Amino acid sequence: MPEYKWPPMNKRKIMGQRISRLDGPAKSSGRAKYPSDLNPQGLLHGVMVTSPYAHAKIRSIDTSAAKAIPGVTAVRNFVEAGAEIQWAGAEIVAISATTEEAARDAVRAVKIDWEVLPHVVKDENLAKVGTRAKAAGEQITGDPDKALAEADVKLEADYGIPVITHCCLEPHGQVISWKGDQLDYWPSTQAVSTVATQLATLIGVPATQINVTCDYMGGGFGSKFPPDTWGAEAAKLSKESGGRPVKLFLDRATELTIAGVRPSHYAKIKIGAKSDGTITAWQSDSWSSGGFGGGGMAPIPYVFVNIPNRRNNHAAVALNAGPQRAWRAPNHPQASFLTCSALTDLAAKLNMDPLALLQKNAGLTLRADTYKDQLNKAAELMDWKNKYHAPGEGKGTIRRGVGIGVATWGGGGHASKAKLTIHPDGSVEVELGSQDIGTGTRTCITMVAAESLGLPMSAVKVKVGKNSYPASGPSGGSTTIGGVSTSTRKAAINALEKLFEKVAPSLGVPPDQLEAVDSRIQVKGNPNKAMSWKQAAQKIGPSPIEEMGENVPAQAAREGLNTLGAAGVQMAEVEVDTETGIVKMRKMVAVQDCGLVVNPKTAESQVFGACIMSICSALFEERVMDQVTGRVLNPDMEFYKLAGLPDIGEIVVHMDIQEVHDKRGVIGLGEPCAIGGTAAIANAVHNALGVRIPMVPVTADRVLNALGNKRYA
Amino acid sequence: MQSFEYANPANLKEAFAALGSTWEDAAVLAGGTDLLSLMKDYVQSPKRVVNIKGIKELGGISRKGGQMRIGATVTLDELTSNAAIRSSYPSLIQAAMGVSSPQLRNMGTVGGDLCQRPRCWYFRRGFGLLGKGPGGEALVPNGENKFHAIFSSGPAYFVSASTLGPALVALGATVTIASASGRRSVPVEKFFVAPTADGQREIDLKPNELVTEILIPVPATKNATYEVRQRELVDWPLTAASVALRMNGSTVSSASIALGHVAPTIWRASQAEKMLVGKTITVETAEAAGEAAVANATPLSGNRYKVQLTKVAVKRALLAAAGIKA
Repeated sequence: MPEYKWPPMNKRKIMGQRISRLDGPAKSSGRAKYPSDLNPQGLLHGVMVTSPYAHAKIRSIDTSAAKAIPGVTAVRNFVEAGAEIQWAGAEIVAISATTEEAARDAVRAVKIDWEVLPHVVKDENLAKVGTRAKAAGEQITGDPDKALAEADVKLEADYGIPVITHCCLEPHGQVISWKGDQLDYWPSTQAVSTVATQLATLIGVPATQINVTCDYMGGGFGSKFPPDTWGAEAAKLSKESGGRPVKLFLDRATELTIAGVRPSHYAKIKIGAKSDGTITAWQSDSWSSGGFGGGGMAPIPYVFVNIPNRRNNHAAVALNAGPQRAWRAPNHPQASFLTCSALTDLAAKLNMDPLALLQKNAGLTLRADTYKDQLNKAAELMDWKNKYHAPGEGKGTIRRGVGIGVATWGGGGHASKAKLTIHPDGSVEVELGSQDIGTGTRTCITMVAAESLGLPMSAVKVKVGKNSYPASGPSGGSTTIGGVSTSTRKAAINALEKLFEKVAPSLGVPPDQLEAVDSRIQVKGNPNKAMSWKQAAQKIGPSPIEEMGENVPAQAAREGLNTLGAAGVQMAEVEVDTETGIVKMRKMVAVQDCGLVVNPKTAESQVFGACIMSICSALFEERVMDQVTGRVLNPDMEFYKLAGLPDIGEIVVHMDIQEVHDKRGVIGLGEPCAIGGTAAIANAVHNALGVRIPMVPVTADRVLNALGNKRYA
Repeated sequence: MQSFEYANPANLKEAFAALGSTWEDAAVLAGGTDLLSLMKDYVQSPKRVVNIKGIKELGGISRKGGQMRIGATVTLDELTSNAAIRSSYPSLIQAAMGVSSPQLRNMGTVGGDLCQRPRCWYFRRGFGLLGKGPGGEALVPNGENKFHAIFSSGPAYFVSASTLGPALVALGATVTIASASGRRSVPVEKFFVAPTADGQREIDLKPNELVTEILIPVPATKNATYEVRQRELVDWPLTAASVALRMNGSTVSSASIALGHVAPTIWRASQAEKMLVGKTITVETAEAAGEAAVANATPLSGNRYKVQLTKVAVKRALLAAAGIKA
């Protein structure tokens, strides 16, 4: 059995280095072709007719006029007459045409007779959703009533975080075409190895006939796993158009309306504590909605899970609005916001610094030492001691404040297979049916392979993005880095073992006495008994060495290459104009553990992006629904507001790289860093003003409404 | 986008010939920063698009008698780069720089700024300028109106999107409008109108007319614009106040205060203007003027906060014009 374990921290030559992503130049120069950039010869444009109503029955669909428009090659119905539609934007008809203009003209020529039904699209006020709220059952631990009654200090407050969308810069969609019975499929996907199987089921062709390619993709955040109805219909449009390629990507409005949302979450929270700050009780009555399917309860109380007495009541609210999809750490940002807001308000009631309150109650978390450590580190980087003041304390109309949010996540590696080939000319390639969704996966795989083979990164060619490569899991749950680094490591070690067998006779030692170092195969510890990598490869013979490596999640704990369990602490400093209610970011600090960090640079880059997403959701971002028309009012980049560079302030990322974390193995990072920031910012506003803005985003209207006649000078 | 004819007139005469008698006949293309999205969203589907960027006499910034002339196709970037404008009209520069996107400043024109359509999300989603539901009901007062008017008794509740409008109104500018039958001059203040019925436009311009130039009086004023925006990245102001003060020593001899993004038109704060006459600008008088400016506000269900923002914008614009640090 070969030895797969990671080289010790101080022995690694490539892993742990700050390596710029290999595809950076291609991306920044525009040479990288995303699926939506592809325009194969004979391209047809696919466009969808979507429902203008939030709840309606279709009496009839008449596509005859659309079919008659010159250039239209195929018209297909997603649904038939009689179907009941549960949200505006739902897919009704798909049309392909030789130009986008013709396709759009055809869309407008489709006549649908609707029976409009009553809808509910807003969930902020539980009293107004009527029968749309379904209780999820009560969860009780200990005796919350008694604990609350006996508490020295009690907090009771309401908090809310609205629906936001994924707002992928590259919208959902694909280019798809037939060549004979083969379907060439270029989706913008997070799931290269599983999307073909799903598409196969949807369109009734064997998966063997579907060839997926996704070299780059422009953002998914959890919303781009399935082929979707539009993938299936695009395949059929292409078939009906003689196999010509059909490009069907959602337009911006449709992207923001139906391609996935993060559920809202609202809660009335009660916390009881002793006067020394020891938390004794939690009660939450919460509701949430991610569309017609309602919304599950976020894991609250969050991180501080072992509060001894707890009661949770939750209701799922069915809205006539676009459905939820996994959004970077599903339900965790909401849980962090609700919990950390309430804990900060409790600290205010206790006249305690919230940092001290969290430290004091670290025993209620599952990783007390790590959180204490990370709180200290974040406080140091934020200069918390000097910046923290009692809530609302200060002078002038511009007030500053600081706040904290915490995070936890799993992130164990997914199932992944890698094939590593050493060619007789010494060149090396690694193939995985994985995807680089912008995180730097390609770069990290290259680093692991090069480290394992004792080669420079330039000697290793990594190929991902095709389902013809060995299957690797979808990029969800922050599972990719653990999966692909493990499978790549094992494939590399397996291949080396074969190479050593070929080389050993020439060096006069048994194969297990060899090592691969600095582009040489040498007798362990003896650079004088060595041959170059190239010479070694020549011993392979005519057929290359091809070896597989596999990450099997159930074996990961035993092997120790990857594991799960990431902790993070984020702090924010904001400036609030108390006359206008405008909040500006000054600084964010993110302290994040994710075990063994393969590439600190791309890891930090993940955290930077996550901080920016947190700023968006804390200060700018929300889906606005109109109760009368049932429509999304801001499915655009104008009123669906995201932060720009001047809005983000300074961001300090501290990857918590230390032996104690490193020896746990590789852990996923994409999600844990996208959790605590929103809470930190909302809490910083509270610290600045001494007034809780109960809902994010903390916009001018919410701040001024909460301040009422309160004046600052 | 509906297919359209494209006209590329070289002079005004050709342009007038290309324009039509209804808005559906033709649309004027200058920077295109608004028109293209209106057409893509089928909010406007003109049969012909008339590009006026090739018409030389619509460009240029020059002194014309006692007035500064700004051609309709002058871009916001040309405007903000012009030394004479920079020295005399900081309010205009501040407003233009509030369009914090170099791309928009490079393409967007002064005439286009005045003629752009409102950003009301009901209008942009196809519910008309007056925002009417399927049964003809007014959507704005009962709907999502946090970005809507605080000075309107209906039926129009959208806010004028013009960025330069408040500054131009406060500076007493006029707009020259031309058609095949001649020219007319309209104070910028009167150029914006609140429609009262379906089919009416929000500006005093007919389908067969073009905005050709803006004329701003040269006499020196102390002027400034203050906008409140949620974010620094390009964003519509939540409110904007522009002031122009004529001073007699340290006291105000006359004041013009114009508000943007608070009404279907550029809103003149005449009560605040009157109360400043004979006063020195201080934090206290500026604050009082802010109060007076919003005294008649009639906020909707979701935009009471804009009353406070407008008050502050007036105060800060006055202090900026007077060179006082708050």
